[in-house]
Amino acid sequence: MPLNLADYLPIVFFLAIAGAMGAGFIIAAWVAAPKAPDKEKLSAYECGFNAFDDARMKFDVRFYLVSILFIIFDLEVAFLFPWALALDDLGPFGFWSMTAFLGVLTVGFIYEWKKGALEWE
Amino acid sequence: MIAAIAFYALAAIAILSAFCVIAARNPVHSVLFLILTFFSAAGLFVLLGAEFLAMLLVVVYVGAVAVLFLFVVMMLDVDFAELKSGFLSYLPLGALVALAMFAELGLVSSAAVQAGQGRAAIPLSDVDPGVTNAEAIGRVLYTDYLVVFQLAGMVLFLAMIGAIVLTLRERPGVRRQDVSAQVGRRRSEGVELKDVKPGQGLGVEG
Amino acid sequence: MIALDQPFLWNVHWAAPELILAGFALGAVVIGAWGKDKAAGFLSGLGAIAFATAGVLAFLWSPELPQYLFNGALVVDGFSGLAKAMLGLSAAATLLIGADYFAATRQARFEFPIMTGLAALGMFVMVSANDLITLYVGLELQSLAAYVMAAWRRDDVRSSEAGIKYFVLGAIASGLLLFGASYIYGFTGSVRFDAIAAAAPTSEVGLLFGLVLVICALAFKMSAAPFHMWTPDVYEGAPTPVTAFFAAAPKLAAIALLARVLYAPFDGLTEQWRQVIFALSALSMTIGSIAALMQTNLKRLMAYSSVANVGFALMALAAGGQQGAATAIVYMAIYLPTTIGIFALVLALRRGGLHVETIDDLAGLGARHPFAAALFTILLFSIAGIPPLAGFFGKLIVFRAAVDAGAVWLAVVGAICAVIAAAYYLRVLSAIWFKPPAEPVQQAGGAALATAAVASALIFPILVIGLGTLERWATLAASTSF
Repeated sequence: MPLNLADYLPIVFFLAIAGAMGAGFIIAAWVAAPKAPDKEKLSAYECGFNAFDDARMKFDVRFYLVSILFIIFDLEVAFLFPWALALDDLGPFGFWSMTAFLGVLTVGFIYEWKKGALEWE
Repeated sequence: MIAAIAFYALAAIAILSAFCVIAARNPVHSVLFLILTFFSAAGLFVLLGAEFLAMLLVVVYVGAVAVLFLFVVMMLDVDFAELKSGFLSYLPLGALVALAMFAELGLVSSAAVQAGQGRAAIPLSDVDPGVTNAEAIGRVLYTDYLVVFQLAGMVLFLAMIGAIVLTLRERPGVRRQDVSAQVGRRRSEGVELKDVKPGQGLGVEG
Repeated sequence: MIALDQPFLWNVHWAAPELILAGFALGAVVIGAWGKDKAAGFLSGLGAIAFATAGVLAFLWSPELPQYLFNGALVVDGFSGLAKAMLGLSAAATLLIGADYFAATRQARFEFPIMTGLAALGMFVMVSANDLITLYVGLELQSLAAYVMAAWRRDDVRSSEAGIKYFVLGAIASGLLLFGASYIYGFTGSVRFDAIAAAAPTSEVGLLFGLVLVICALAFKMSAAPFHMWTPDVYEGAPTPVTAFFAAAPKLAAIALLARVLYAPFDGLTEQWRQVIFALSALSMTIGSIAALMQTNLKRLMAYSSVANVGFALMALAAGGQQGAATAIVYMAIYLPTTIGIFALVLALRRGGLHVETIDDLAGLGARHPFAAALFTILLFSIAGIPPLAGFFGKLIVFRAAVDAGAVWLAVVGAICAVIAAAYYLRVLSAIWFKPPAEPVQQAGGAALATAAVASALIFPILVIGLGTLERWATLAASTSF
């Protein structure tokens, strides 16, 4: 399909509105809000005592596991978009091709499920 | 005209933000610059007429990969200041490699331009101009490129198993919720009736 | 709508070996999901049978003339059949020698055969690749499995380090490959090897630039110098059966893939790419031989030894044409059982309950276990290239190929490196036979010892007649494939 940049005008509008709103709030807070900073106000809030630790701490690796598994299924879905658009032209061969692809990933999903990778304890 | 302005603006943002990814002191800023780089690259894809790739870049890289990076950077207990301390000492060597690569690219591009003069451009594909490129991809990916498509499925399958093998730990003694076991529990398994004879146990405490 | 240029079932029947591997991986995941790690032993055995079957099937079923499957994405021919047979058998041997090891170190997990199977599938695709996309996907499948296998002992610092190093550097190599492939596509307008051959002008800087980048990426995957830096660390950190696998199968797959990329599509650029291969070969042999002299760890020693051996195989490839392909595949066919045999022996020996790690751990082996020591001697003599063992003939035909290609200097460099390399193999042997033991070496692991015995038998001079047959097969395969 020939490139028609005018089609992207709404996206440009959206970006402009989003940018303007984000910038607007920051500027408004900067201009309008009363400011009287001191050392204690600027320090990290730590419920009554001085902050003694970095905000970064080791998190359980299972947080990352969940997000990695999400990315894999995200990519799987990415394969579905062109398929759904072109399904009329593809015929049964294209249909079963995608079924086989999903079948492979379903086996992976069964493994995930039985292994307990999706369970929180 | 607008396309040319958009191209130069996006390309400049892409290169600048890519540089900021490695130059930023705070790793969280690095990831945010990386997201900006992805966005600019998506814009460049749009200008090339590859809108499907552009949206995929936004959905997969910005929506998932970069957010995972952000997650890792914010929640991992790594001393990034120490990690970056050697950065400056490697800069000359890195700059040299980059310069060599850049010179090679320049050489190749100029040679290509010279060789290409007076020669027709190689037609890349015979796509029907009336379809969106997501549909054009869809028409060939699942049938003509069947092997590659199924192998991509195997790669995803492998990634799934690999991620679980390397990170999932089974801790002994953790009680999980098991709905069917809980619902299927019978009275006889949970309740034990003891026949206590009258008077038995009395006076033990006393 | 008919999307394939040949009937679907016709395509599928040629791809049967790949389907066996994929089917094994999927089935094993389902069995393992219910059987848990108790199924590890069963799946190892099943996997070994499946891999060996797939390899042998690929060899026996290899067609007389190249057959192009799935619109030319894959090609099946004599060359791929021979390579797949060796790949399948190496993967099977890995599972056999690994079963004892993982049981002894209490890390028997049923995913190991699955990872090996997916790596083998990736390598089968690599040696059958007929376009740049298939090449990349096959390579990624193999590499991704390899990263996971390197980090298998995830609680061990060295193993995790091996995994992460391999992954980061491997990702850079994949990036180079894609960058180079995009140049090749841009200058020829196709990703298919035969179309590239038809479109490729005899010399164009951009095309050459792309080709060099692809060669660099493949050199990384086969750990040819100067892209070998990851090899010692990864080999040392990975569990020993995995190291045995890395030292054998992926190298053969990468060599075969390089032959496919260089010979068919870039025949017209032979004079240009030959210089690059010469340089890679000379550097690999030199660095591999000299750096190994300083190693005390057996796995690091074998890592450098593998770098040197890749140099020899590249020397054969540089000859070009049918002779180059046949020589490289024969050389790898001799190298594969030798290196797997050595690793099997390392796995079969323990000292104080732990697997042997350093050369000194082998001291006194000759006095206590003369059989294992004799196997070690045969294997090390062969890899050092001492006649009348098979390794000698391997080096001989490689030198012949180099001389035929007009690179006498490279053959001389190779001969000098072979002499240097002999020194460190002899150092290991002197520890085995002459050093007094500090603590007795125990022998365990029947399957590993048996594998080593079979490997030694394969390269023993009695079977040199077999070597002749192998060379005839390889020449035949190469003559129909290239």
